[in-house]
Amino acid sequence: MTSRSQKWAPISPLQRWREKLVLKSLLICASVSVFTTLGIIYILLEESAFFFSHVSPLEFFFTTRWAPLFEPRSFGILPLVSGTLLISVGALFVALPLGLGIAIYTAEYAQGWWQKVLKPTLEILAGIPSVVYGYFALTQVTPLLQKIFPNVEVFNAASASIVIAIMVLPTIASICDDSLRAVPKAVRDGAYALGTRRSEVVAHIVVPSALSGILASFILAFSRAVGETMAVTLAAGATPQLTLNPFLGVQAMTAYIAQVSLGDVAHGSVEYQSIFAVGLVLFLMTLAMNLLSQFIVKRYARKYE
Amino acid sequence: MSQIDSALGANRVLTGQDMSMPQDENRVRASFAVNLRRRQLKERIFFVSIFSATLVALAILVYLVASIAYDGYPYLTWDFFTNFPSRFANKAGFKSAIYGSVWLGGLTLVFSVLLGVGAAVYLQELASKGRISSLIELSIATLAGVPSIIYGMLGLGIFVRFLSLGRSVLAGALTLSLLIMPVIIIAAREALKSVPDSIRMGAFALGATRWQTVRDHVLPAALPGIATGVILAMARAVGEAAPLILLGALTYVAFVPESIFDSFTAMPIQIFNWTSRPQPAFHQLAAAGIMVLLVFLLICNSAAIYLRSKWGAKKR
Repeated sequence: MTSRSQKWAPISPLQRWREKLVLKSLLICASVSVFTTLGIIYILLEESAFFFSHVSPLEFFFTTRWAPLFEPRSFGILPLVSGTLLISVGALFVALPLGLGIAIYTAEYAQGWWQKVLKPTLEILAGIPSVVYGYFALTQVTPLLQKIFPNVEVFNAASASIVIAIMVLPTIASICDDSLRAVPKAVRDGAYALGTRRSEVVAHIVVPSALSGILASFILAFSRAVGETMAVTLAAGATPQLTLNPFLGVQAMTAYIAQVSLGDVAHGSVEYQSIFAVGLVLFLMTLAMNLLSQFIVKRYARKYE
Repeated sequence: MSQIDSALGANRVLTGQDMSMPQDENRVRASFAVNLRRRQLKERIFFVSIFSATLVALAILVYLVASIAYDGYPYLTWDFFTNFPSRFANKAGFKSAIYGSVWLGGLTLVFSVLLGVGAAVYLQELASKGRISSLIELSIATLAGVPSIIYGMLGLGIFVRFLSLGRSVLAGALTLSLLIMPVIIIAAREALKSVPDSIRMGAFALGATRWQTVRDHVLPAALPGIATGVILAMARAVGEAAPLILLGALTYVAFVPESIFDSFTAMPIQIFNWTSRPQPAFHQLAAAGIMVLLVFLLICNSAAIYLRSKWGAKKR
C-alpha cells in the first residue's frame, strides 16, 4: 500500500501557496463590488451632509422652487422630481403597450427564422447610446411634434418621453418574452382543448400567468427611465418647473446634475454640492424600484413542475 | 360556471311564470351562443395590433439610422477623421474624440476583464456559500440597477479627488470599469455555469487542484461566452457619456492623449457638445460623429453575435 501511494506526487507546498494566493486575489476582485456599493453610499451621504448643513432638509424636500444658480437661491427639489416623473411616466405610457405587444408577438406568434432574427434586431435599440437618442429627440421628434401640436416648445418633456420609450422598449419586450415563454405548454394546451382561440389563451391564460415577470419588467424600465441622463438633458431642457404639461420644457434630476457638471460652478460651493443631494434622492428612488422588482419576481413568480 | 348552470336550470322551471326572466335568459343564452364571427374578428384585431407594434419598433429603428446617415453623410470626409474640434463647423473634426474613446475603451477592457472575470470565477467556481459571497451577490444586484450618472459621482469622489488622478483618461477608464463590472460578472457567471460538471470532475479525478481545473479546463470552455459578455459590456462603456461629464471630461480637446494621465474627450461627449449647439451645421457634425460611433458598436455587436453562434454550434 505504501509503495503504491508514493507514486502519487503530493501537492507541494508551493502549489498549496499558489492556490491560496489565487483564491485571495480573486476574492479581492469580487469584493470590489462590495466596496463600490459602499463607496457610492458613502460619497453620496458625505457630500450631501455638507449640503444639508447649509440648506434645511425641510426646504429641500417640501418647497416647490428650484433655483440654485440664481438669486434669490432656492432649493426645493420637487420640480426636479416632478420633471423626472413626468418624463418617465410618459415614457412608460408609450413603452408598456408596445413592449408587451412585441413580446406577445415574438413569444406566441412569430415563428422560425423570423422569430430568431426579430429579437436581436429589436435589441439593437437598447444598444444605441443614449446621447444618440438625445440627438434624435432634438432633430426629429420635436420638429414632428411641433408640426402636429403648434404649442410645443423646443425643449419639451414629450420628446424625451418618446425617445426613452424607444430606449426601454427592448428591455420590456425581452423580459416579458422570457416570462411568457416560461408558461408551460400544458397550461396553453388545456385552454385550447376547451375551444379557446389563440388571442383568448394569451389574454386570459398566458399573460396572467406571466404577470410577475411582466410587472418586474415595467418597474425595471421605469427605473432605467428615471436614471437616464443624456437624452433627458438634450431633449427636455433646463427649466425646472412643476407642470403636468408634456409640451413644456422641464428639468429632470439627472439633467440638473449634468448641467452643473458642465457649467463653471465652483467645486465645494453649496450650489455644487446640491448635485450630490439630488444624486442621493435619485439613487434611493432607483434602488427602491429595483428592490421592488426583485421582490415581485421572488414573491409572485408562479412555479410550475 | 355553476352560477350560469343554476340560472339556466331555474329558468327552465320558471319559464312563463316570471315576466322579468326572459330578458335574463336571453342574456345567459347569449353568453353561450356561438359567436365565432365576433371571436374571429377579435382574434384578427389582436393580431394586427401586436404585429403593428412590432412593425412600429422596426420602422423606428430603420428611420433612426436612416435619418442620422442622411444628416451626417455630407460631413463624413477624410478631414472629419483627421481634424480636431473647431468653432467652425466645416473645419471641425472628430480626431481627439476617436483617440479618447480608443484609450478609454482599451483601458476599461483591461480593468473590467480583470475585475469582472476574476469576481465571476471566485463566485461561481471557488467561493463556498456563506455570508461573504451572499454579501457580494447582493451588492452586484444593487450595482446593476444604479444609474450611470451616480457612477460619475463615485468616480469624481474617489478617482479624481481622493486618488487625485484629475480629469485623466485613467480616472475615466476606472469609472467606466466599475460601471460595466456587474454586467461582465453576470455574463461571465452564466458562461461558467453552462460548462458541464463532468469537465471539472474529470480534472479533479486526475489530481488537478481547484485553480488548475479552472485555469486549464473550465475557463477555456467558457471563454467564448465570457468574450461575448465582455464585448457587449464594452460597447456600452464606449457609448456612455453621463459619468464622464461628471468627471469633467472636456468638450474642447485639441490634442490626442499620450499617457494615461492626460485629459481627454470621447465620442459620445463630443456628440453631446455638437448636438447642444443651436446651429444646424453642428447637428450635422453630430450626426457624422454618431455614424462613426454606431459603426464601431455595430462591429462589436457583430463580433458578439458571431462568437455566440459559433459557440452555440460547438456545444451541440
